[in-house]
Formats: sequence, C-alpha cells, structure tokens
Amino acid sequence: MDISKKIVDDFVANDVSFITTVPCKQLAGVIDEVEAREEIFHIPSNKEDEGMGLCAGAFMGGKRPAIIMQNTAIGVTINTLATLTQFYRMPLPMLISYRGELREPVACQVEMAVHTKALLNQLNIPTYHFHWQKDVEEFDNILKYTFMSNKPVAILTDANFWGGYGDQ
Amino acid sequence: MIRSEILKEIAPIIRDHLVVCNIGLPSQELHMIDDQPTNFYMLGTMGLSSSIGFGVALAQDKPVISIDGDGSVLTNLGTLPTIANNATGNYTLLIIDNGSYGSTGDQPTYAGQKTSLTDVARACGCDNVIEVQDKDLGPVLQSAIDSDEMTIIVCKCDSGNIKLPVITLDPVVIRHRFMEAVAS
Repeated sequence: MDISKKIVDDFVANDVSFITTVPCKQLAGVIDEVEAREEIFHIPSNKEDEGMGLCAGAFMGGKRPAIIMQNTAIGVTINTLATLTQFYRMPLPMLISYRGELREPVACQVEMAVHTKALLNQLNIPTYHFHWQKDVEEFDNILKYTFMSNKPVAILTDANFWGGYGDQ
Repeated sequence: MIRSEILKEIAPIIRDHLVVCNIGLPSQELHMIDDQPTNFYMLGTMGLSSSIGFGVALAQDKPVISIDGDGSVLTNLGTLPTIANNATGNYTLLIIDNGSYGSTGDQPTYAGQKTSLTDVARACGCDNVIEVQDKDLGPVLQSAIDSDEMTIIVCKCDSGNIKLPVITLDPVVIRHRFMEAVAS
C-alpha cells in the first residue's frame, strides 16, 4: 500500500483542498503527493503557527484546511491552538510526524516526543497514534470526525508507520 | 495621527470589505468606530492577522484587508515570504507602523529604529510595497483594494492610544457572522 497516496486520497475525498506544510524527512512522501494533486492548494509555511493562521483564514473563506507538521510544532503552537483554533471553534486536521518514537535515530527528538501526548491531552485535543500501516484505515473517519466536531485533531504518525528511516 | 485616527479615516473605505484586524487595541478601536459583520476581530494570537487574512484571500475571490501592526509583523516575519511567493490580487496587507507595541504600553519596536518593514517586505519578494505617511493613506488604500495586484502598505504614524473597552462579543459569533459575510 502507498500510504502517502492513501492519506491524500482521503483528504481529497473529504473535500480538504487547502493544505499547509512544514517539512519533516518522514513526511517528504506525503508532502510530494499533496503538491502533485490538482484538487489541493498547497502552501508551505515558515512556521507552524503561521500555518494555523492560514488554515483559520482558509476555513473562514470556505475551504476545508489541514496542516502537516512535526510533533516539535506542538511546542510552538499551543497559544495558537488555544486562542485561535479552539477559541473560535474551527476544525483542523493535524497530520503530525511523531519523531522521537521507536526506530528514531536522533536522540534530541525524544525530548519533545515524551511531552507530545501530554501536551495534546492537556489541550483536550483528540489524538490518534498511527503505529502500524493498517492504522491508516482510520484516517477517513478521523477527517469526518474533525469536520463534524469543529476541533483541531492530531494524527501522530511514527517511524514504524512510515517504514523506518532506512540507512539514515 | 495615531492609529485610532487612521482607523476612523479609513472606516468608510474598508466598511464593505472583508477585514481581519489585529489583536488588542486595533480590534477594539475598529469595533468601537465601525463594527461590521465583515470584520474579523482577533481576540488572541498576536502576529497572525496577516496569515489569517491571507488564508481568507486565497480561499475565495472577494477583496480582503489585513490590518496589522509593526510589532505584530515582527512577531511573525515568516509571513512575508509566504505572502510574496503565493501572491493573490484580492489581498491587501495594511501595516500600521507606529514604531511601538501599542497594546502593551507603547514599548518601542525595532521597526521604529533601524529596521524598515518596507525594505523587509521587498526583500522577502513582495512586488508591490508602498510606504505612506498617515495623512496620505486613504487614496493609497482605496487604489490597493481596487487594484488586481496584491499590495503591502506600510503606514507610518505616531504612537498613542485611546481608552476603550475590550470586545465582549463571543469569538464564535465573530467567526460565524464573518463567514456569513464571506458567503453572501
């Protein structure tokens, strides 16, 4: 199964047409797939809180948005999530590479990984963790849930889900 | 002129357009001067007025004006390359540059010292950047809205604030009526 294609197929099927990205090596394939799709306007951001601002605007402008980013971004977006996305009740699927989990080669990534779920939990953000490839089957339902509930929702995707880091 | 005087002067120009207004005193002043459903007031999240407004502009065709401040743009400088590289003609970014963080007690910003936001915007790739003095803003803003080209306006003015109450509108109401105005 091509996971990146499946994820972007689900975005398109759920009418997500505005996606902002901040890159991660683990997300390179899905970002390429987003860029390749005509149905999606892809706008890279320089920082994740900026991206959440773009998504808030796109939502109010009539599009369904999404953000793709690393879990380190939770450390820089808490204020935006609380005072913009949640305060104004806006939906935002957040497809997040969960760095610092099993098969992670970079020790520093673990330092934010150990805080990631606790921070999301503290913010009352519904959180899903994709560890096995078959977990992607839930993605379609998670998107539907996000736009039903008008909330930010986190989908953490770890290295095992993406197939490891190879020779890195 | 101070910011509230500028907002009073441009209120008739922006009244019928979608406006995303910066957090704190700018939103409180605009709300008091000319509350409209087409105004999206930021109640938090300093720095994102340009990003939110740009998102609205990219998602639909109506003109959108982001009212921002020099301090807030400095908080989110990464916004300028994003705007420059994805330019859309229905977007105007109005930076009211009074060289100070007005809402927090008029502490000086770097934009009031050596840093020129006009030069920064140009260096980031924004093609159409106009620096204007407060008293000359009206016609410049009007032609930016009418133009098919995206415009960044840096309006130099005096620092200073007026006393006024906070906005007590519920954020969901602000968002809902703004979205209805977008869709109408």
